[in-house]
Amino acid sequence: MTEITSLKDGLVADIESTDTLDALEALRVGALGKSGVVTGLLKTLGAMTPEERQAKGPAIHELRESVTAAITARKAALETAALDARLAAERLDMTLPAEVAPQGSVHPVSQVMDELAEIFADLGFSVATGPEIEDDWRNFSALNIPETHPARAMHDTFYFGDNYQVDGKAMLLRTHTSPVQIRTMVSEAPPIRIIAPGRVYRSDSDATHTPMFHQVEGLVIDKGITLGHLKWTLETFLKAYFEREDMVLRLRPSYFPFTEPSVEVDVGFTWVNGQRVMGGSGDAENGGWMELLGSGMVHPAVIRNCGLDPDEWQGFAFGVGVDRLAMLKYGMNDLRAFFDGDLRWLRHYGFSALDVPTLSGGVGA
Amino acid sequence: MKFTLSWLKEHLETSATLDEVLVALTDIGLEVEGVENPAEKLAGFKVARVLSAAPHPQADKLQVLSVDAGDGPLQVVCGAPNARAGLVGVFGLPGATVPANGMVLRVAAIRGVESNGMMCSTRELELGEDHEGIIELPADAPVGTAFADYAQLDDPVIDVSITPNRQDCMGVRGIARDLAAKGLGRLRALEDIVAMLPAIAPHGAGPDVRTEDPEGCPAFYAQAVRGVTNGPAPEWLQRRLKAIGQKPISALVDITNFVMIGLGRPRHVYDMARLKGGLVARKAKAGEEVLALNGKTYTLAPGMTVIADAEQVHDIGGIMGGEHSGAQDGTSDVLIECAYFTPESIARTGQALGLTSDARQRFERGVDPAFLDEGLSIATRLVLALCGGTPSEVTRAGSPPDAPRSIERYRPDMVEGLAGVSVAPERQKAILAALGFTVSGEGDWSIGVPSWRRDVHGTADIVEEVVRIEGLDKVPSVPLPRAPGVARPTATPLQLMERRLRRAAAARGLNEAINWSFISEAEAAPFGGGDWTLANPISEDMKVMRPTLLAGLLSAARRNADRGATSIRLFELGRRYHRAADGSSSEHPTLGLVMAGEKRPRGWQGGKAQAFDAFDAKAEVAALLAAAGAPVAKLQMMGEAGAAYHPGQSGTLRLGPKTVLAAYGVLHPRLAKAFDLDGTVIAAEIYLDAIPLPKKSGFMRPPFAPPALQAVTRDFAFLVPQALEADALVRAVRGADKTAIVDARLFDLFAGPGVPEGQKSLAVEVTLQPGEKSFTEEALKAIADKVVAAAGKLGAQLRG
Repeated sequence: MTEITSLKDGLVADIESTDTLDALEALRVGALGKSGVVTGLLKTLGAMTPEERQAKGPAIHELRESVTAAITARKAALETAALDARLAAERLDMTLPAEVAPQGSVHPVSQVMDELAEIFADLGFSVATGPEIEDDWRNFSALNIPETHPARAMHDTFYFGDNYQVDGKAMLLRTHTSPVQIRTMVSEAPPIRIIAPGRVYRSDSDATHTPMFHQVEGLVIDKGITLGHLKWTLETFLKAYFEREDMVLRLRPSYFPFTEPSVEVDVGFTWVNGQRVMGGSGDAENGGWMELLGSGMVHPAVIRNCGLDPDEWQGFAFGVGVDRLAMLKYGMNDLRAFFDGDLRWLRHYGFSALDVPTLSGGVGA
Repeated sequence: MKFTLSWLKEHLETSATLDEVLVALTDIGLEVEGVENPAEKLAGFKVARVLSAAPHPQADKLQVLSVDAGDGPLQVVCGAPNARAGLVGVFGLPGATVPANGMVLRVAAIRGVESNGMMCSTRELELGEDHEGIIELPADAPVGTAFADYAQLDDPVIDVSITPNRQDCMGVRGIARDLAAKGLGRLRALEDIVAMLPAIAPHGAGPDVRTEDPEGCPAFYAQAVRGVTNGPAPEWLQRRLKAIGQKPISALVDITNFVMIGLGRPRHVYDMARLKGGLVARKAKAGEEVLALNGKTYTLAPGMTVIADAEQVHDIGGIMGGEHSGAQDGTSDVLIECAYFTPESIARTGQALGLTSDARQRFERGVDPAFLDEGLSIATRLVLALCGGTPSEVTRAGSPPDAPRSIERYRPDMVEGLAGVSVAPERQKAILAALGFTVSGEGDWSIGVPSWRRDVHGTADIVEEVVRIEGLDKVPSVPLPRAPGVARPTATPLQLMERRLRRAAAARGLNEAINWSFISEAEAAPFGGGDWTLANPISEDMKVMRPTLLAGLLSAARRNADRGATSIRLFELGRRYHRAADGSSSEHPTLGLVMAGEKRPRGWQGGKAQAFDAFDAKAEVAALLAAAGAPVAKLQMMGEAGAAYHPGQSGTLRLGPKTVLAAYGVLHPRLAKAFDLDGTVIAAEIYLDAIPLPKKSGFMRPPFAPPALQAVTRDFAFLVPQALEADALVRAVRGADKTAIVDARLFDLFAGPGVPEGQKSLAVEVTLQPGEKSFTEEALKAIADKVVAAAGKLGAQLRG
């Protein structure tokens, strides 16, 4: 008995002291291989009498189990040590910079147009479009601006020459988004609720004017629409756009040939650290009024020009500069930079692709 | 339009403060653009007498004065040549700010002599141009009085912006009438205001005037005054004109300006000595010229209305008088014209000549046609009062359009119907009466429109008048009716596509720019030129409506490169402008992109900086088209991207042979050079209107049914002719067995050692999807044979 015990102790001690997997394998073969010492002992069991087997068997089996367990344990330990060693060798300087994916951006004008679409969709407005190269009927005459009207001179219009006439009408770059009103009223049956954002053009270029800029037009044609609805709509829009409840509007009588009554809308702002922040009453101590929107009740002549009966249908229209809205919300101060394509500006004032305006998340970003 | 508070009060009897007037003006639609009291900037300037003047010990051109500004003598150094003992002038005390240059006066030593203030010139006080010497006031001017008070400059100047419909408010009186209607006071009767002027006792027949152009000048009234003495206008008149920025010229000229600004009534005064025979209003003859009062010569065209005598044109009717016959110092006999010019005609002439004037502004908006006789008589009486002389009878040639207009079927409830605010009928009547309208009838009203309100045509205009005066602040905020439930989606498929494309491009690292819609002819030329050329471009650089988005993007890329940007990725979503067959505008929504500089900067991993190549363009286009919902798998790659691109490194993606969805590739080096861009430049355009809009078929997806058996892959390497396009081989391979082969992907391209001259090796990984049973070896062999055969038709040989 003691032989087996001492054999076991010797084998286990050898196993536990091996320090390579190869040596461990050699030990395993020496003990448990086909001609291994433990295997040899196991083979002797077959030739034994049942009594002998009962007497010696358990010790031999216990020897095999102990050796097997020792090998398994040692193997795991050696493997772990080997892996640790490898990992230690694989250490990297993780402060090295990783590759940075190029960062794209959405232009503020596009972002604001998406914001407008989102806000007005909630009020039941869809987005309408029209060509930027228009005829003078849709840009002027249909809007109640006859050829000799002083208002035509107020719009510094870009014209195409006489050889561009279509059906005897002069072609021009639209000076406002209002021709989309005409297109919509001519082609769609009321009730109508649209906004029409887009590029417009005036031959004007200085520190605060660019020959191309963006406007958004709003139009509601229905029954029983009044200036009161206009006021609410603009208030509601501005509250949603600036995400402030304290927007204060001041309506002033004005003149646009295509609306009657015509209303200029000032919005109150507050001086905060030398910056105009929209919101608050313009009459407050720190406040002022900013002329922001032109609007009014659609002129009966315009409704009639579009083939609708002004005694049946009436509504309001408004227009506002999109670039201006962007500047007031996000703080740019130079309109010309909008059209310069300066990557530094685009990254500074632009928006992430994932800044999709939503009502639940707030349209601003 | 500018006017002073005192001028306003001549017409408006009011106790309102300046602030109340300003608020009311803006409230009724006469927007206040600015208000300035000249007295404010003259604070600290007093009337002072020079007591003595002695030479400056250190400077020849300076004098040392002793000045009394009311508080005893002060020592003042002065360089004015006219400074002398006894002179009464204007003295600026230490602490006062000189209006002309913003300098704050201080006690200071000038060349060693202490000076306690400054004697001022006209220019230093911004009261005129004179800077030859210091101001000389009459000897009896009260020393010590604030100069602003003495000069009666304590009179706020109000600047209002008059909308083009309100010609009646281009005269102070019209503004006063509006303010009176607003409740700010009482409009004084015009007769009372002019009561102190001499009455007219006519001698002799009126001047010889007639109109031969009843369309452009339906009425030409005139009166002569003989024996006048022209000279500087009296102080009160000069002061009034100066206060609002008008330069006093002579009594006769100043009178016309005074009546124009006070009463909104332009007129012209002729020196009769310069006229040959009578005056006639007629159409100009082709090529006729006139030297106008602004010193410029205008060549007139037929259709323009002029006033001429037997020899020459003396007036561009209603716009500007001629230099030749204008009133001058020696003028003794004058002809005062008071005519009515048709607004449309004035507008056309003014636009054609590019000539604006105070008179044109008023005539083209339409002056009061009922104010000819009275307007003429007031002007004549002013001439008599200021210049003397003997008036003639009035000649009235033609007659102004005077059909009284009325608006029928107005109902007081229209105010609430259109403006949403209820105004009591009695209040409405009062407002309308104050504005000069007459109201008659019960229920439906008939409203007489005053002759000066040419802008009022219909019931909506009456509503505007009532609401304007009542106050827009009374309009309540009324919610728009809203459909029950959650708002419905409104975006169109094209709008959705644009939004997805924009954000996909930004997500891929491209920066959205917005470039001008117009480019130069030279920039448009490589893209086939523009279809639309502006007749009046702002510059040659902005002349042609762009046929491509690339020109603007390339210019922007260059500007960025000039600023030192190393990696440029720009895109724009906008329109290209073409002409449809009928000549109308055909505007194509397009996404353009340009990439230049480094695709990837040098780095510790990648080594040298990496440039963009043609396949970057292809990758962007493919990804963006997929984002836009284009049927990417059905697209064919073809050439003919156009002259803008490198002929061998560009392509198009088409749906069918004709519909081009995108063009892309390496920009032609010649074009890159033209835009001053170095290195390889990548460009692409995606034509949104060529992409078929997705058909909306509900939200339900087809059931998910993954194949039961796993797919297997097999690789095939072929030797193919050098010219064979990879895509042709891949397509052929994919089409070899349409049921088993679900994908074929090129994974290797090799030419060089081991590959025969003129050939290249292309390797394709083919994915095979078993159906219900796994492939047998025979089946796989059969598929492989088909693949080899299909490739063989293109001249491809399986590599051993």
